Amino acid sequence: MALSGIEIYKHLPKTNCKKCGFPTCLAFAMKVSQKAIAITACTDLSETARAALEAASRPPIRLITIGGDSRKVEVGNEVVMFRHEKTFYHPPGLMIKLKDTAPLEATLKTVDEVANLVIDRVGLKLSLDGFAIQNESKDAATFARCVEAVKARADLPLVLMSPDPAAMEAALEKSARSRPLIYAATKDNWEKMAELAKKHSCPLVASEPASLDELSALTQKLNQAGVEDLVLDPGPQGFSASLNTLTQLRRLAVKKSFRPLGFPIITFPAETTGSPEEEVILAGQQIAKYAGIIVLSRFSPATAYPLLTLRLNMYTDPQKPIQMAPGIYPIGTPKPGSPLCVTTNFSLTYFSVATELEASGFPSWLLVCDTEGLSVLTAWAAGKFDAEKIAKSVKAFNVEASISHRSIIIPGRVAVLRGELEEELQGWKIMVGPPEAMEIGSYLKRYWTN
Amino acid sequence: MPVEVPVEKWAGKVNEVTLGGNGRKSIVIGGETTLPFLKIDGAMPHRPAIAVEVDDVMPADWSPHLIAAWGDALKDPAVWAKKAAEYGADIIVLTLDSAHPERGNTGAAEAKKTVEKVLAAVDLPVIIIGPDVAEKDNEVLIAASSVGRGQRLALGNCVDKNYRSVAAACIADGHVAIAKTPIDINLAKQLNILICDIGLAPDAILMDPTTGGLGYGIEYTYSVMERLRLAALIGDKMTSMPMICDVGEESWRQKEARATSGVPATWGDHQERALAWEGITGVSLLNSGADIVVLQHPRTIALIKDAISKLMA
Ligand code: B12
Ligand code: SF4
Repeated sequence: MALSGIEIYKHLPKTNCKKCGFPTCLAFAMKVSQKAIAITACTDLSETARAALEAASRPPIRLITIGGDSRKVEVGNEVVMFRHEKTFYHPPGLMIKLKDTAPLEATLKTVDEVANLVIDRVGLKLSLDGFAIQNESKDAATFARCVEAVKARADLPLVLMSPDPAAMEAALEKSARSRPLIYAATKDNWEKMAELAKKHSCPLVASEPASLDELSALTQKLNQAGVEDLVLDPGPQGFSASLNTLTQLRRLAVKKSFRPLGFPIITFPAETTGSPEEEVILAGQQIAKYAGIIVLSRFSPATAYPLLTLRLNMYTDPQKPIQMAPGIYPIGTPKPGSPLCVTTNFSLTYFSVATELEASGFPSWLLVCDTEGLSVLTAWAAGKFDAEKIAKSVKAFNVEASISHRSIIIPGRVAVLRGELEEELQGWKIMVGPPEAMEIGSYLKRYWTN
Repeated sequence: MPVEVPVEKWAGKVNEVTLGGNGRKSIVIGGETTLPFLKIDGAMPHRPAIAVEVDDVMPADWSPHLIAAWGDALKDPAVWAKKAAEYGADIIVLTLDSAHPERGNTGAAEAKKTVEKVLAAVDLPVIIIGPDVAEKDNEVLIAASSVGRGQRLALGNCVDKNYRSVAAACIADGHVAIAKTPIDINLAKQLNILICDIGLAPDAILMDPTTGGLGYGIEYTYSVMERLRLAALIGDKMTSMPMICDVGEESWRQKEARATSGVPATWGDHQERALAWEGITGVSLLNSGADIVVLQHPRTIALIKDAISKLMA
């Protein structure tokens, strides 16, 4: 939680010695609160004051990193209940569960599929984050072998799942350098699991289904044992319990700064649902409502894609839509005689159109107008995508120099712009495209002759 | 240190809106004194309802999976409505699409006939939606209003351009208006005020905040709904109307649900993806405050119905 200047000032020596470069301690405190300078610039800060300031300025939900340098997932450090209050920062990790009892061949096939799944959306690459490997065999050697094989195949973040410290130790020997998440410390095994977490510097899940009181007691014991990087497992949570429990945990952390429960939360939506379809719906709820790591029981690209999309949507900054730089974009390798289309600079809009143009077999020019990141109809309704704006963009980006013809295709949803645009762009042919980008290919086949 | 969970006590309450009755089954929507399904703070006395879309003309551009699921029922709104009831609909949404100037341009007479037919076919509460062209909406909604007099239908869309006539019809015939605004908290509130000013009771209004589908603006709808609901709970009477979301239409019209070819292999199985698209859009908007979700696929109806029961448990 960010501290105010006054709160910081309380901890300073108040001698105004100026060694930090500021005339007074208060002036320094104000700069620190604005994050313009680090607290360590005060040369006379006492150890206790430093510790107090550090504790007070810790984020309400600890940031936890799982995975090594090549691929990692960072979760936690959220500061609000609702995304409109600021934004949600760290998208939940989506992990696929593997069991060490499954034939290794099959497991590695899934590993390849998951690791190779990269979905292009809005110019971003969406993919799943890693694997949760369960020690279903209850055998340490089998578990370690499976973990080692998975890690060798794809170096993605891992959750190691076993209640048995010996099996965990064996698996950690094979994987600790990529900082897997240890699942889990319970009230029966916490001392040994804490040892392992410390020894291998890995984050640890505190698992306690009984109550939040007991969960908080467990995290405190783990903290005292020296483990700071924790993830919470409040036990199996169906639709209602998940919403209610995860909301309570988020509230305790961000509204009360309740440290013992200020950690990201891991969920297993399959545990409380009866079918793969239902699991996906619960996982969707948990993306919107406060999960930090979601372990899916099964991999299917058909459901990974919508979940990844929801995650992207929920964790987009509500203050600024993802947008493109305005300009004239070549799609494929267009020639001067290739089609010219016009659209807005909302990324989603741009990529919807660009993807279809690419697939259409017609290399094209795409003129992207500055609509402040608004979609076609939104921008039109807001007066930011009109004939004048399009005509100005044609001039501003010197479109006439790139193309030999004088035809421009406008989005079907703003067909009404045609008349005015004919006025604005004298000598041009204004063509009204289809309403959906999906239909651009067939439209070009029918109407583009050049 | 015992854990003391902070509880929010809200002063406000979402209005309770009744649909149906008078020989027809009735249903009460709204009434929350808490955020969606959060029983730690307050009560959610009525479960969110599932409405199912029925069109008066066979939809021209539907996904093959929807067409396969409904079959010939799509050709007759009465048959379609009956089937929707069997699949678990709480409410039927009859869309008078044929009145659209480009899709048939039918008028009041045809609208009356269709509405009569559908009202006779099912005993569920019914919502009537116009073709989304202001003058045509007025014509067919007013016709529908008189046919359904006393049966407490919901009529939409009631927008800034036509709210006077739709609200007047609701007052005259005892119906509920669906006030629709484009994803904006102030516009939503303003329209509610205007409708109330001409005399329609606040408990005869539902709000449609405009739905963005998954991947196509859902985050905007989600946040505007959360803000509208928070405003209602704080005590703002002019945002206390229950909300309705067109989840089905906005999910199934997207490429991810519709395109049968030319999509990347990474998108996986078409039907599974399309169903997840609708299911995830639905569950997200239920969690941000939807009191009625309009759905299209029978499988999603079952899944969302089950999820709602579990969220209410
Ligand atoms: C999300 C959203 C918003 C977001 C903004 C999102 C954004 N960054 O643009 C917010 C909440 C901010 C918003 C605000 C407003 N919105 Co708005 N919004 C939507 C919503 C839900 C989705 C829009 C979207 O993202 N679509 C997806 C993109 C990809 O679609 P697209 O840009 O049109 O592109 C598609 C096609 O046009 C085509 N295409 C694009 N370019 C080209 C080019 C060519 C050549 C071709 C052939 C095709 C093509 O391909 C794409 C895929 O098929 C729609 C309703 C809906 N359910 O669709 C309303 C909607 C667009 N909004 C509307 C309105 C009125 C507004 C406001 C003016 C309301 C207000 N008065 O405050 C404001 C204006 C904003 C402002 N003042 O700054 C209306 C427009 C009504 C109309 N017909 O004119 C709509 C239709 C809602 C409605 N039914 O009333 N909105
Ligand atoms: S160095 Fe520390 S004590 Fe000296 S003025 Fe700066 S803040 Fe105050």
